[in-house]
Amino acid sequence: MEKIPILRIGKVLLVTIQVDMHDRLALALQEDLSERIVRDEANGVIIDISALDIVDSFIGRVLSNTAAVARILDAETIVVGMQPAVAITLVELGLNLTGVKTALNVELGMAMLSRRLRS
Amino acid sequence: MSQPSSNILADVINKYEAELTNDWKRTLTQVSVGTGLESELAQLCTQFLPLFSRAVQRAAQENINSTEWDEARNLLAEFSRLRARQGFTPTQTAMFIFSLKQPLFSLFRREFATQPAELADATWLSNTLLDQLGLFTVEVFQQSRDQIISRQQQELLELSTPVVKLWQNILALPLIGTLDSSRTQVVMESLLQKIIETGAAIAIIDITGVPTVDTLVAQHLLKTVAAARLMGADCIISGIRPQIAQTIVHLGVDLEDVITKATLADAFVVALQRTGATLSPTLKA
Amino acid sequence: MTSDVQIPSAMPLYTDDDVVRVRAQVRQFAVEIGLSLVDQTKVVTAASELARNTLRHAGGGEARLQILQRENMRGLHLAFSDRGPGIADIGLAMTDGYTSGGGLGLGLGGAKRLVDEFELTTEVGKGTTVVIIKWKRF
Repeated sequence: MEKIPILRIGKVLLVTIQVDMHDRLALALQEDLSERIVRDEANGVIIDISALDIVDSFIGRVLSNTAAVARILDAETIVVGMQPAVAITLVELGLNLTGVKTALNVELGMAMLSRRLRS
Repeated sequence: MSQPSSNILADVINKYEAELTNDWKRTLTQVSVGTGLESELAQLCTQFLPLFSRAVQRAAQENINSTEWDEARNLLAEFSRLRARQGFTPTQTAMFIFSLKQPLFSLFRREFATQPAELADATWLSNTLLDQLGLFTVEVFQQSRDQIISRQQQELLELSTPVVKLWQNILALPLIGTLDSSRTQVVMESLLQKIIETGAAIAIIDITGVPTVDTLVAQHLLKTVAAARLMGADCIISGIRPQIAQTIVHLGVDLEDVITKATLADAFVVALQRTGATLSPTLKA
Repeated sequence: MTSDVQIPSAMPLYTDDDVVRVRAQVRQFAVEIGLSLVDQTKVVTAASELARNTLRHAGGGEARLQILQRENMRGLHLAFSDRGPGIADIGLAMTDGYTSGGGLGLGLGGAKRLVDEFELTTEVGKGTTVVIIKWKRF
């Protein structure tokens, strides 16, 4: 089964989603990430969705759940790079991804994480 | 419709073409077709009748959409488009065709005085055809009106406010004039696009120049703020005038989670602090 | 006034991959009729929600996609139908937050907000069909 690669940069895990995700793949990612957070002792996760052209309620829920699970494992999750059209659609759908931190791009996400770790 | 009755109709029109044209022109001056160039309408009558009779003769069905009617339809389409541009009403446009009925029917009554079957057939056929043609003019009229409207809408949208960069990582969107739902949507989309392009983490939406805000517009503003947040940027709304603040509360729109500031200057200070810049007064010597 | 340009192509909806395929096809049609990027995203997202509903709640079904052509308008007409259990309380099913499948319960109500026209027909024990239309603005 195909998998979405997870990269490690220091204490941060970086996931770049580049395929049109089907549901099983999204769930697998959620699982993989929580295992990697523990194994790699990561304290930050960045999920780059700039290549995703839709986020529906299922993917939205996976993102929220991933962030919640990560938080319990003492890692901060930041979703970066959401496209304007995707953001407008999500809001219209009624999904605000409450509890999920966001940043415009990977660089800003990284900066956000390091600020958080310093304080 | 059987071939003969359309032949009868065409024959009568051909036979009395000159008389019918004159009667039609006279009728046109009496019905409400709007004031315009009389000579133009008169010329159109003269052009239309031969096309009409030829189409009636050639076409097999009572349907003006067949190719035999192309010439007649083209002439009417051109006329209807012109009328739409000149600001006539749809009724005034369709009356051009409908006003042919009266002179045509009186002609039939005279011609078929002793032939009730032919009278009925000819009347029915011409009535059906003229109704279709009249509706056709209205349809073309409506279409060209729609085109005019959508072009104007497009032009209006293009006048929309530009998104400006105030400072490193700070964008501003000064809104001016009445906001309707579609303009708001376009403006907001371009703001979000600009956020992505510039990587600006803060955007100020200034509504000082907006006279009124209704529920839809207020909701669009809120949705934009929510969408920007999903993308990773913060929005500040500034310049909310007292009446608008009251409207927003009255409409039950919840601005709780949105940063609002009285003026663009206040919002700018907040934005600078957020981006890590500091302001300090310089003393003049 | 409405005439079909394309014969509606029926697409099966029995696996996660089918959902992905339907999304891709909807995207292609949305581009074809010239929808703006935002409207494309909205209709593809709505299709994704409804396709998943069909899969999760009825165990599968099919999607029919077609392009509508009116005098000066074009639109995308999508129908999702199944022979599943049907919906007993439509009002409840349309409510945000209501879910029978463990999701967020934004599927039906959310999809409706993303499109111009929405129609749900259902019969308990027989199945459900949801039809949505997205028009291209002027």
